[in-house]
Amino acid sequence: MDWTYSPAPENAAIANLEPTYRPFIDGEFVDGGGEPLKTINPATEEVLAEVGTAAQEDVDRAVAAARRAHDEVWGRMPGAERAKYLFRIARIVAERSRELAVLETLDNGKPIRESRDVDVPTAAAHLFHHAGWADKLEYAGLGPAPKPVGVVGAVIPWNFPLLMAAWKVGPALACGNTIVLKPAETTPLTALVLAEIAAEAGLPPGVVNVLPGAGDVGAAVVGAAVDKVAFTGSTEVGVQIQRRLAGTGRRLTLELGGKAANIVYADAAIDQAVDGVVDGIFFNQGHVCCAGSRLLVQESIAEEFLELLHARVETLRVGDPLDKNTDVGAINSRAQLDRIVDLAAAGDEEGARRWTSSCPLPERGLFFPPTVFEGVEQTMRIAREEIFGPVLSVLTFRTPEEAVAKANNTPYGLSAGVWTEKGSKALWTAQRLRAGVVWANTFNRFDPASPFGGYRQSGFGREGGRAGLEAYLAV
Amino acid sequence: MQVGTDDRSLRRFLHGLPGVDQVGLERRSAVLATRSIKAESKRRAIDLAISMIDLTTLEGADTRGKVAALCAQARRPDPEYPDAPSVAAVCVYPDLAGFAAERLAGSGVGVAAVATAFPSGRSSLDVKIADTRLAVEAGATEIDMVIDRGAFLSGRYAQVYEEIVAIKEVCGDAHLKVILETGELAGYDDVRRASWLALLAGADVIKTSTGKISPAATLPVVQVMLQAVRDWHRLTGEHRGVKAAGGIRSAKDAIRHLVAVNEVAGPDWLTPDLFRFGASALLGDLLRQRRTQLTGHYTSADHIGRA
Repeated sequence: MDWTYSPAPENAAIANLEPTYRPFIDGEFVDGGGEPLKTINPATEEVLAEVGTAAQEDVDRAVAAARRAHDEVWGRMPGAERAKYLFRIARIVAERSRELAVLETLDNGKPIRESRDVDVPTAAAHLFHHAGWADKLEYAGLGPAPKPVGVVGAVIPWNFPLLMAAWKVGPALACGNTIVLKPAETTPLTALVLAEIAAEAGLPPGVVNVLPGAGDVGAAVVGAAVDKVAFTGSTEVGVQIQRRLAGTGRRLTLELGGKAANIVYADAAIDQAVDGVVDGIFFNQGHVCCAGSRLLVQESIAEEFLELLHARVETLRVGDPLDKNTDVGAINSRAQLDRIVDLAAAGDEEGARRWTSSCPLPERGLFFPPTVFEGVEQTMRIAREEIFGPVLSVLTFRTPEEAVAKANNTPYGLSAGVWTEKGSKALWTAQRLRAGVVWANTFNRFDPASPFGGYRQSGFGREGGRAGLEAYLAV
Repeated sequence: MQVGTDDRSLRRFLHGLPGVDQVGLERRSAVLATRSIKAESKRRAIDLAISMIDLTTLEGADTRGKVAALCAQARRPDPEYPDAPSVAAVCVYPDLAGFAAERLAGSGVGVAAVATAFPSGRSSLDVKIADTRLAVEAGATEIDMVIDRGAFLSGRYAQVYEEIVAIKEVCGDAHLKVILETGELAGYDDVRRASWLALLAGADVIKTSTGKISPAATLPVVQVMLQAVRDWHRLTGEHRGVKAAGGIRSAKDAIRHLVAVNEVAGPDWLTPDLFRFGASALLGDLLRQRRTQLTGHYTSADHIGRA
């Protein structure tokens, strides 16, 4: 029987969308001196809201406010007191989770199921986790009397707007720093609601400042008189930032791109490996820096595995991100969609075999169907470059040594996955993979207690857990 | 499928099946359970679920009166709404199968009888065969047998296999459902092995539970069994069925199972021939939800007749 699920849309009104949003500086929403931007809903390409952006003088003002807040209030406040504010912010995020989830889905295009079940709860969890650290920093094993570093300049991407804001704000504030945060040009809304939540929690003015804008505002934040820069985004921009900060003595952590390998051994739990590979690349439309964009499957099971994989991908529902049954939502921007289309075309050109899910796509909006390339070789662009979209490149291997060699044959080193029922083989492989995070028999799991970060062209520094505090403390 | 039928060959085959990762399996079940089934898709799901029910009474206290009540509702679940479909079958002990067959004659509703020393399965093969024969001769169109869990757990796979083969032979035209009693097996790997063992031996349907042991049907267990029949079909081209029995009491829970059927095995399995619910309380909630969908307001359970 053909059983079609009726539309089950979440109510967009829950987002409490405003017609205009403004920068948040020194505890207030103010008019920015920059040209306002229009943020769109990528599922419809309609304008959601007009957002005021920051000019250079706004950046200077925000940094000065953050400096004053750090020197006079936040940096000298006892950790136990700081914790109260952070707990309060975390509580309000959790209480307003539905609103935040719907707003995130409208602005970003990700399925409501993911913003509701992953982004917002994980953001709240991160804030709760760091609230707990605020009065225990001297026991973090980083030094007997750790001090805040001062003012943090943070620039975050569009793929997990609220979650990335929480990843920066949580540890920065817990450690006694103040922050100037620049959300992505295409997804500024939830960070501005987070600022509103900070104000609602009574956070002293200047501790958190949020400056919407494009790359020029990001460059201004990075170039301002901050003590530490935390950047999550593309490797290209990360390189520019590192070059700019070299020799300034300012601290820097970078969380950049990736081209993660998901290694599936013949002795894996096949059905769960299929699910994990699908989650690894199609979660958040593949807009995930740690996405498992390369499947390395052992040749002896490749044929059966791909048969099951195709069947599983066919069940993914692509469409209205607000529909509770949507698995793959909209591509965040026209520019990103163009990039995905171009790289996929390069895959065709270089001789890989493209397989596309037969799922129907909406008539309007920015969408790309779940796509699997088979017959991909290490030399092809789709095996080397980060596509940042719902496109999986499939390669095969014969021996564990070959799997590791292929997995490591990339300039990146953010994440990897290993699928085997043999514990010793999982450990053997994980020890040899040059990636900051290695998941065994799972993928894309984020826990605030677990450090996340990469090396080589995926950046440096860790976020989350005890290790993540180090970047925000002078020890 | 060619597999040797001695203990050693069966062990080699069953233990060579891919493992089941508990964390991943349960996670997928949890995600499937978030599907939001509304409006027309919900109405269709409710009617489909009703048509898949094996309306069951398996009590020591069962009488003809009790079975008569069940048969009346099985034919016509909600007389105020005659378009409500009838259920798939009525499931009883063998001694009441004849009476149920009389009451259901001409209705299209099947008569299922549990057999083989249900629910424990602790008797000789001769007794199990006689039990089955009694039910078939009384008019049962479907036999729900139990596997010998003691034999399975001690690795005597050939014995389990041979019993299923023997019962299948006695069944003749009657459909054979093989109850794995997953709540007594050692985890999901065992559920997969028992599923394959039953399929190899000729089960038409693999069934989760007797309903006498908790946990009974859970979404992850049913998912593993759906994967088994899906893989069986990929290998042989044959469609075999799954029956989720015990513990499914609400329409919501039933619909979650239908989502799993649809997305794990595939839409081919969305038919009473290939998927069943073994339940007694479920029908009442489905009928309530059905009326809610039609009238727009909730109906008290007492406004619907209950067998």
